[in-house]
Amino acid sequence: MSKASSAPVTGAKIRKIVTNSIVHVILAILAFIWVLPIFWVVLTSFRAEKGSYVTTFFPQSYTFNNYKKLFTDTTILNFPLMFKNTFVIAIFTCIISTIFVLSVSYCMSRMRFKMRKPFMNVAMILGLFPGFMSMVAVYYILKALNMSEGSMIPVALVVVFSAGTGIGFQVAKGFFDTIPKALDEAAIIDGATRWQTFTKVTVPLSKPIIVYTILTSFMAPWIDFLFAKVICRADAKYFTVSIGLWKMLEKEYIDNWYTSFAAGAVLVSIPIAILFLLTQKFYVEGVSGAVKG
Amino acid sequence: MKKTGSGSKKEFENLYPVKDAVIKGNVVTKLSMLVMGVGNIAHKQIGKGIVFLAVEVAYIWFMIQSGIHNLSMLPSLGWREQEKVWNEKKSIYEYVAGDQSLLLLLYGIATIFVTIAFIMVWKSAVKSAYKAEVLAAKGKHLPTFKEDIKSLFDQNLYKLLLAAPIGGILVFTILPLVFMIAMAFTNYSKVDEHLILFDWVGFANFAKILNMSDGIGRRFYSVLGWTLIWAIFATGLNFIFGMILAIVINRKETKGKAFWRFCFVLSIAVPQFVSLLIMRSMLQTTGIVNTLLLKYGLIDMALPFFSNATWARVTVIVINLWVGIPYTLLQVTGILQNIPAELYEAAKIDGANAIQTFFKITLPYMLFVLTPYLITQFTGNVNNFNVIFLLSGGNPTGVGDTAGKTDLLVTWLYKLTIDKNYYNLGAVIGIMTFVVLAVVALITYRNTTSYKDEEGFM
Repeated sequence: MSKASSAPVTGAKIRKIVTNSIVHVILAILAFIWVLPIFWVVLTSFRAEKGSYVTTFFPQSYTFNNYKKLFTDTTILNFPLMFKNTFVIAIFTCIISTIFVLSVSYCMSRMRFKMRKPFMNVAMILGLFPGFMSMVAVYYILKALNMSEGSMIPVALVVVFSAGTGIGFQVAKGFFDTIPKALDEAAIIDGATRWQTFTKVTVPLSKPIIVYTILTSFMAPWIDFLFAKVICRADAKYFTVSIGLWKMLEKEYIDNWYTSFAAGAVLVSIPIAILFLLTQKFYVEGVSGAVKG
Repeated sequence: MKKTGSGSKKEFENLYPVKDAVIKGNVVTKLSMLVMGVGNIAHKQIGKGIVFLAVEVAYIWFMIQSGIHNLSMLPSLGWREQEKVWNEKKSIYEYVAGDQSLLLLLYGIATIFVTIAFIMVWKSAVKSAYKAEVLAAKGKHLPTFKEDIKSLFDQNLYKLLLAAPIGGILVFTILPLVFMIAMAFTNYSKVDEHLILFDWVGFANFAKILNMSDGIGRRFYSVLGWTLIWAIFATGLNFIFGMILAIVINRKETKGKAFWRFCFVLSIAVPQFVSLLIMRSMLQTTGIVNTLLLKYGLIDMALPFFSNATWARVTVIVINLWVGIPYTLLQVTGILQNIPAELYEAAKIDGANAIQTFFKITLPYMLFVLTPYLITQFTGNVNNFNVIFLLSGGNPTGVGDTAGKTDLLVTWLYKLTIDKNYYNLGAVIGIMTFVVLAVVALITYRNTTSYKDEEGFM
């Protein structure tokens, strides 16, 4: 700024150019900071030297073995199996929670009934409790339902990830609120039932929010590791990716597995990143829809 | 909206209240209070009647099988200890299972839930019987079972759509929550070996946590203080920096808007726990950041990112900025473009500079639109388990302390329950977290423009 005022002859123009370059330099520095950790993990995933301690930013030699190890060395940490587990759990979670969230938000947005306001208030209050406070209790409930052992563990995880999702209806409700009610009324005058207005009018108009809901619920099992850890405990057969990656950084594994951890992190991030970038537009629309409502 | 709001009392008027059924109902209706569904069957609503009857039979069967036992054990939570008994025939010691207070508590609460649900069904059964009676007396058409089912897809669609989600919430959110809240009033903890058998102790745990002179109590106030500081900084700085960044990128003169946004948003696409674990490994004493700084002689000693209390606190807040700013950026960008351009033009004509327009137009508008979002963010940050647990793990921790210097109430809750097995204290901390959040949310809502003046900017 002071530089600009020292050149009063060409005044505003120089000032503008200086401000602009400063802005761009700052943006570049910030962008660098934001991308750096991601860039570093990609580099690490191709690093040939083992272990977590390195003295150079760039690897001394590059290799593909870290990725190979993830898929071939399955004796201690079976990454392909974890990937498969998580994928299956994510698909079921995604289907159930999408249905739950859309159903609840449609009802809250479009239908009027006695329990509507109380339900919305209860949902708000429940949101204030630490989500994980009930985890111990959830575990005992699953145990009482005989779902805490063996092959029921994946089912239990799906249930845990999807059962309570109906509470998170606010974003989708906000979006539904922005769809003109006149459309529903017109359909009802034409003799459509409520069910038909929901499936034939509202749903086709709500692609952004449906994509957003599918995406967020699909991501939940990949991101969560707390519930998965409590429910799987030591049963390595049912580990999800996040527990596996967490394990790789534990003291006994870190020396051998650090670079493979980076490779695993890259592999998990790629599909999610692609999905996210493809649907970013919908994401923003979905979220800002909530603000309007 | 307003019309439905003011008319809602009439809209949901209860035409056939239970009270009327008791006073005015005929014998059959009154009989339905004992044998549910009779009233419906008498009026040829056989399907509906049978469903009610089946619910009643199932409930009675459940109560006889286990429900009554569950309820009777709730006040005492069990007393029989596991015993070793000498078995003469096999000549070995056999274990005779004792009571398990935890399961007794869970089953007791679950039975109460089932009973409440049954009472609701009972009410609707009585209402339905009375309705059938009234309609039949007036000679009106009674809906058949088929029509009832059909209505589930039309005016009663909400019952169909909400049944499963609400069931899920009840069993996996509310039931566990009530269970945990109940735990706060017991002595379920490792102290004095109360992990299998425990008793109700009233408010003793709350007294312990709130007592300044107790070790745990002092810790509580310091953790609470840090949790609030953390939440305010994490929310406020994220919002301010995210907004400034969005405005800078949004400027007319900024080139390559999409590219800059892509750079920042890329970090959202990486799962949070992955980026947090990476950050943690980068900032260790022997991590890449310290190693490089030492190597190039910029520092003489490794920076204590997670081993010095102040460093650790600043580090987690800064890293949280890295995590959170892209989200704010996404949020704010859309809203920025919604601010009416006339406001800015008018400000320009009046000779306002960039900073003035920011404080007089942009900021108030953002605060107005985003207050609910900010409250959610604040709540999220108070309960931000991941960032603290994965980055610092609450460290540095003093010797013998249950909580470290960067522990939030939630991570402390985790440590108390999972590591220490002080389940009762953990539950109290959970409840206190809720209280704090509820108070903050209430105060902010009441003092915001969007609460006082809903039409403000519209």
